Amino acid sequence: MTKRYDAASGMPGAVNDLSFEVPAGAICVLVGPSGCGKTTSLKMVNRLIEPSAGQILLDGVDVGTENVTALRRRIGYVIQQVGLFPHLTVERNVAVVPGLVGWSRERQRTRSRDLLSMVGLDPDRYADRYPSQLSGGERQRVGVARALAADPSLMLMDEPFAAVDPIVRERLQDEFLRVQRQLAKTILFVTHDVDEAIKMGDLIAVLEDGGRLAQFGPPDEILARPASEFVARFVGQDRGLKRLSLRTVADLKVEPIGHADELPAFLSSTTLRDALSILLAADTRGGIALDEAGLPRGLVTVDAIASALADDAQIDTART
Amino acid sequence: MNGEPLVRWDWLFAHLGPIADRVVQHLYLAAIAVGIGFAISFALAALSIRRRRLFPLISILATGVYAIPSFALFAALVAVTGLSVLTAEIPLVLYTLVLFVPNIVAGFDAVPGDVLEAADGLGYTAGERWWRVELPLAVPLVVAGLRLATVSTIGLVTVSAILGNSLGGLGYYILDGYHRHFTTEILVGGLLSIGLAALADLGCVLLQRLLTPWAAARVAVR
Repeated sequence: MTKRYDAASGMPGAVNDLSFEVPAGAICVLVGPSGCGKTTSLKMVNRLIEPSAGQILLDGVDVGTENVTALRRRIGYVIQQVGLFPHLTVERNVAVVPGLVGWSRERQRTRSRDLLSMVGLDPDRYADRYPSQLSGGERQRVGVARALAADPSLMLMDEPFAAVDPIVRERLQDEFLRVQRQLAKTILFVTHDVDEAIKMGDLIAVLEDGGRLAQFGPPDEILARPASEFVARFVGQDRGLKRLSLRTVADLKVEPIGHADELPAFLSSTTLRDALSILLAADTRGGIALDEAGLPRGLVTVDAIASALADDAQIDTART
Repeated sequence: MNGEPLVRWDWLFAHLGPIADRVVQHLYLAAIAVGIGFAISFALAALSIRRRRLFPLISILATGVYAIPSFALFAALVAVTGLSVLTAEIPLVLYTLVLFVPNIVAGFDAVPGDVLEAADGLGYTAGERWWRVELPLAVPLVVAGLRLATVSTIGLVTVSAILGNSLGGLGYYILDGYHRHFTTEILVGGLLSIGLAALADLGCVLLQRLLTPWAAARVAVR
């Protein structure tokens, strides 16, 4: 999928000569300060906004040449305020696109209930509720289920988890990543939150004011080698720590444990960022890395964590 | 009044047939006015929503018409349309506009922007969005307008009694009772008119419940 556009510059949300390609099945996060044109870019894909120049290719076909209604029905769309239909039950909300494209009532119902289960809402409890009877997090789940209903190959998600509190947001992110591992949709995801971009993205497009592409690549590359002063400032001084959050204890080379003090133990899924934080807080020489089975694998030290990034950087440099 | 009881039950029971006819006529006159008034108002509201600058103008006109005393408007129209049903209906229809138009406009204005954006993004055509999203969500305020217009019109129908015995619905009894100093007739006309208005209002509330179960759910939970 290639997108090229070039909208009238000068106004907030303008997009200028933006071009990148997202492989099928990947989550690509558009991140940048407010007014940088992330949402505009997203809305040009399903043509809620028409580009003034350029084209967007979806599976090799220019979206501009397609019937706009048919196009939107085969692209999932999730927005921050969710926009659930207040007059329809949760089950009917999820089934709107299948309804529009003419599925039978029974098939809509089955699909709707399956999706509710998938996003973690018990259909028996939730199917007949109205949106006003849901919490913010539950509404977002229904919004995601609704976008998935007609099994779109592409999903557009505009700050989908921004309206809920941090704890709910983290849970929704984790669950969405779990669902995505099964479904492997191609996803364009807009956020202003760098941490969310790093967590959710297989690829990140950093946009700067005026809708220009400041950098495009995998999260680790953007954190390791920001392409400009703007990107470095945007991802933050703690980009080293953020890189650690992309790695887990399982990735780490370990030392022999030696004499056994009372040391903290780390699950293989613990991020290096968390491991480092725990080591610093506990003020110990290291911690025990556990393997998948929960058995001690070796010793994790602060030095080992620090050198993990250095090793990777060398490998990355060698590759380029 | 001297020595006469407040209500002459014998008169009442002797006139049940004609009273029932007047009730039917009353409802018929009111229903036509509300129906036609709603249709015209819907068109004016649609125009106001499309061309926002026309809304203040339409509002001022509707309010201006409402300010004309009904008695005067009925009387003035006799010169044009005679003592006909049309003369009765024109003022009744005009008076509904000021109650319907702002409520219909407010109803469509109240549809949340994120809901409309979601509808567009999911691939509703303009027509589907209007019928399946905007109209259903406008219903609570539209029905609020309907309640006002219905109650107001049922009251006003009585004034059309000045156009002659063949019109006026229950207003006929109020006017006739006034001329004959016959309290029973005035009470029958007045109380039944109030009763009809109350019943019609209740009907609107039930209609609203039926059309918008989701709005009731909002109140019921939490």
